[in-house]
Amino acid sequence: MKQIDLVIVGGGPAGMSAAIAAYESGIRNLLILERDSSLGGILQQCIHNGFGLHRFGEELTGPEYAWRYEKKVKELNIPYLLNTMVLDISPDKVVTATNGEDGIFTIQAKAVILAMGCRERSKGALNIAGTRPAGIYSAGTAQKYVNLKGYMPGKNVVILGSGDIGLIMARRMTLEGAKVHAVCELMPYSGGLARNIEQCLNDFGIPLRLSHTVVEIHGKERLTGVTIAKVDECRRPIPETREYIPCDTLLLSVGLIPENELSKTASVTLDRITNGALVDQDRQTEVEGIYACGNVLHVHDLVDFVSEEAEIAGKNAAAYIKGETEEKTSVALSTDGKIRYTVPQRITKKKEVAVFFRVADVYRNVKILVKDGDRVVYSKKKIKVAPGEMECVTLRPEHFEGVDGLRFELEVQEA
Amino acid sequence: MYDVAVIGAGVVGAMIARTLSAYRLKLCILEKQSDVAMGASSANSAIVHAGFDAKEGSLKAKLNVRGAQMMAQVCSELGVKYINNGSLVIGFNEEDEKTVEKLYYRGIANGVEGLKILSPAEMQAIEPNISKNATCALYAPTAAIICPYGLTIAAVGNAMDNGADLKLDFEVTDIQNRGDYYEISNGSETVKAKYVVNAAGLYSDAIARLVGDDSFHITARRGEYILMDKELGSLISTTVFRTPSKMGKGILVTPTVDGNLLTGPTSLDIGDKEDKATTAEGLALVMRESMENVDGVRFQQTITSFCGLRAVGSTGDFIINVPTDRFVNVAGIESPGLSASPAIAEYVVELLASAGCALEKNPDYIATREALHAFREASIEEKNEIIKKDPTYGHIICRCETVTEGEILAAIRTNPKPRDLDGVKRRTRAQMGRCQGGFCSPYIVELLAKEMGVPYESITKFGGDSVVNVGKTKEDREHEAN
Ligand SMILES: Cc1cc2nc3c(=O)[nH]c(=O)nc-3n(C[C@H](O)[C@H](O)[C@H](O)COP(=O)(O)OP(=O)(O)OC[C@H]3O[C@@H](n4cnc5c(N)ncnc54)[C@H](O)[C@@H]3O)c2cc1C
Repeated sequence: MKQIDLVIVGGGPAGMSAAIAAYESGIRNLLILERDSSLGGILQQCIHNGFGLHRFGEELTGPEYAWRYEKKVKELNIPYLLNTMVLDISPDKVVTATNGEDGIFTIQAKAVILAMGCRERSKGALNIAGTRPAGIYSAGTAQKYVNLKGYMPGKNVVILGSGDIGLIMARRMTLEGAKVHAVCELMPYSGGLARNIEQCLNDFGIPLRLSHTVVEIHGKERLTGVTIAKVDECRRPIPETREYIPCDTLLLSVGLIPENELSKTASVTLDRITNGALVDQDRQTEVEGIYACGNVLHVHDLVDFVSEEAEIAGKNAAAYIKGETEEKTSVALSTDGKIRYTVPQRITKKKEVAVFFRVADVYRNVKILVKDGDRVVYSKKKIKVAPGEMECVTLRPEHFEGVDGLRFELEVQEA
Repeated sequence: MYDVAVIGAGVVGAMIARTLSAYRLKLCILEKQSDVAMGASSANSAIVHAGFDAKEGSLKAKLNVRGAQMMAQVCSELGVKYINNGSLVIGFNEEDEKTVEKLYYRGIANGVEGLKILSPAEMQAIEPNISKNATCALYAPTAAIICPYGLTIAAVGNAMDNGADLKLDFEVTDIQNRGDYYEISNGSETVKAKYVVNAAGLYSDAIARLVGDDSFHITARRGEYILMDKELGSLISTTVFRTPSKMGKGILVTPTVDGNLLTGPTSLDIGDKEDKATTAEGLALVMRESMENVDGVRFQQTITSFCGLRAVGSTGDFIINVPTDRFVNVAGIESPGLSASPAIAEYVVELLASAGCALEKNPDYIATREALHAFREASIEEKNEIIKKDPTYGHIICRCETVTEGEILAAIRTNPKPRDLDGVKRRTRAQMGRCQGGFCSPYIVELLAKEMGVPYESITKFGGDSVVNVGKTKEDREHEAN
């Protein structure tokens, strides 16, 4: 069996950043495995602007952002295999993969970085009543047809879910000459970035129908329309508000799910909220030597944060391979529900750590509290927090000195 | 001139054609849809029933028991997935207990082997996740699960391998008896055949009327299902039925041969034979009842929901007869039609023989067919041998179900050839997993277009107007103009 120090599963922005960081930390025997025919992951089909503002201080398109990393990977001669799908990762880090050239092969790795990204939630999970005609796509699939294949999935569009890909596709389809009749969002707020709502919907006069959902699908062969309805506080459709919208296309942007099938084969424990691995500040999972970063760990809205997170994973995987050790501790991080989750979920080293988290609802005038029992070890005020935007606090070792658990809470002045 | 024309390429028509292809006969299968297995045979419970449901002495009972006995052999010849998982009919009260006992004796009268009434302890031992409220169960060890569209596709493919013709998009609208043969037409094309088998499912009454037989009619009865992720597939191993009652036949929960969990069907007569829509009420009923029967069913894990239409005949039994010269009705084939299909085929061949059709063994007949899922089940060494010869077998297209490009291309090139996305799905499982084709469908469209030599945008989801794309993007159009 081939021996490789570090195997990185996935060649998207997370995988590439992790590989570069590991290389720069001295790892030379490493390999990126990517199932697609090129590096770059989902960014390749994101031809709109808005990537890299934090990292590079400029507005890049998805492919441009990816290219910066791909160039680096190539300059550093970091090996990668394309069209190569990882089929299994064992807890002792044997990676099984397949491609046309090598067939099915195995690698014994010292460390593995999981960077498989996420996929879109599909229609099935929604159990919408009605027929099953052609014309229903996840927003990302439609994006692939339009941006990569050059074909239009339809002309009269309704979008269910106001996730960022859905918003971006509302604009893209409009620019391509399609009519987007409405974006329906089940929740009373959008899950997308504020700037996308402005630039993708408002600028084109596309109505955002909050607290609305699609209750029925019509059409025998091709979609002919959808029935939408307003929902009550418990998200149940209100029958009197049913409204028929003729359309030939329904795009779904109803959430992203980290692709953790392989993590499960490796016996990595998953967080029930993020659907990604439970990790420490190094992005090490509960299986020693297996790290996770990017959208497979938790869904990010900005690629800049993915790169940052992947560098942490890459650097620390390198340290693990080299046998470097640091002063240890064990602090479990928990949340109050208004804060849905944190990443990392556990602090295992006495060093400064940035803790990322998301909130469950839109809240105004809040105080973020980090508590050891009743003792507040850290607090920070914010005018507004929303589920669409990731938040972050940085904790220093003195915040968790001698503590075994910290709770992240949100004190709300006004809901 | 064909010897026999079979109208309808559901599992019944398919099995009849396959059985006939063992004889020296020129055969033709006429199907109005763009693929085989588009009717009841693609959307059903996929159960090989043991045979205790149908009334003693009925054709249904006889053919169900016989078909179930034949099924394992048929599936192994045709390379179709078949798992003998057994079934349980569970009951919750005294009335159910009486019904279970009735079914037990009826099963014995029908010739079903191995039936046993279980105590709660015995059934919990077989199925620990069955509701703790269940008080009795009828265990049928001979029940099985299969892939119903897999069987239909393989049977048609096998018939074609043995020389049968398949005409798709051929909706029979007229049949003329010319004395010693029939002219069967779709309005623009006419096929001549000495014998006709009417296996047109929901429309078998309309076909019978074309030859002057209006002795029965067919009603559509809706059955809605929810299919769940493979993560739930091992919740139970047997098929778990609810005891039938005044309230209806009840919702079943079963593993599928591919390792998913399936639950349904509802049961409601509807006027429109084309109405395959699911309803909010129906799906809610499926959810409620299946959670009552089995602990741990979780609908957050839904992959898809769908609806099948039963072709319910007006006589209460299967309608298999010869109403006029050289014409055989195979109608009202509701459940257990899938289970009975091999026996129905055997029976129809007998009827054709007594109607004068000369049956001479086809010396070149090949009874077997390579399974389309053969690659999936090969060992790593075997797979590597195949990949060495054909690298497309190393290239995964459908990530959720790990289906390779090689398998998809093989399916596209194998009779009966799929021409649309759903056709590829039924043959390879590509697009059938968690993401429901989100990742792979744009590539499969490309493979189909290339193999068929047609434009990308002409590829459909399931024939007709079900196009996947409506045209090129602006940029691409401008690019082409320049
Ligand atoms: C909800 C449900 C659950 C079921 N569960 C089970 C089960 O668990 N076990 C079991 O044994 N059975 C079950 N059944 C029954 C089983 O599915 C059917 O008995 C079987 O599939 C019938 O096959 P068929 O070929 O007669 O019909 P179909 O599969 O409907 O085929 C008929 C074909 O005829 C074609 N056709 C119609 N009109 C024309 C025309 N004018 N010209 C050309 N072609 C035409 C149609 O397009 C179609 O392809 C179930 C059925 C349903 C609906």
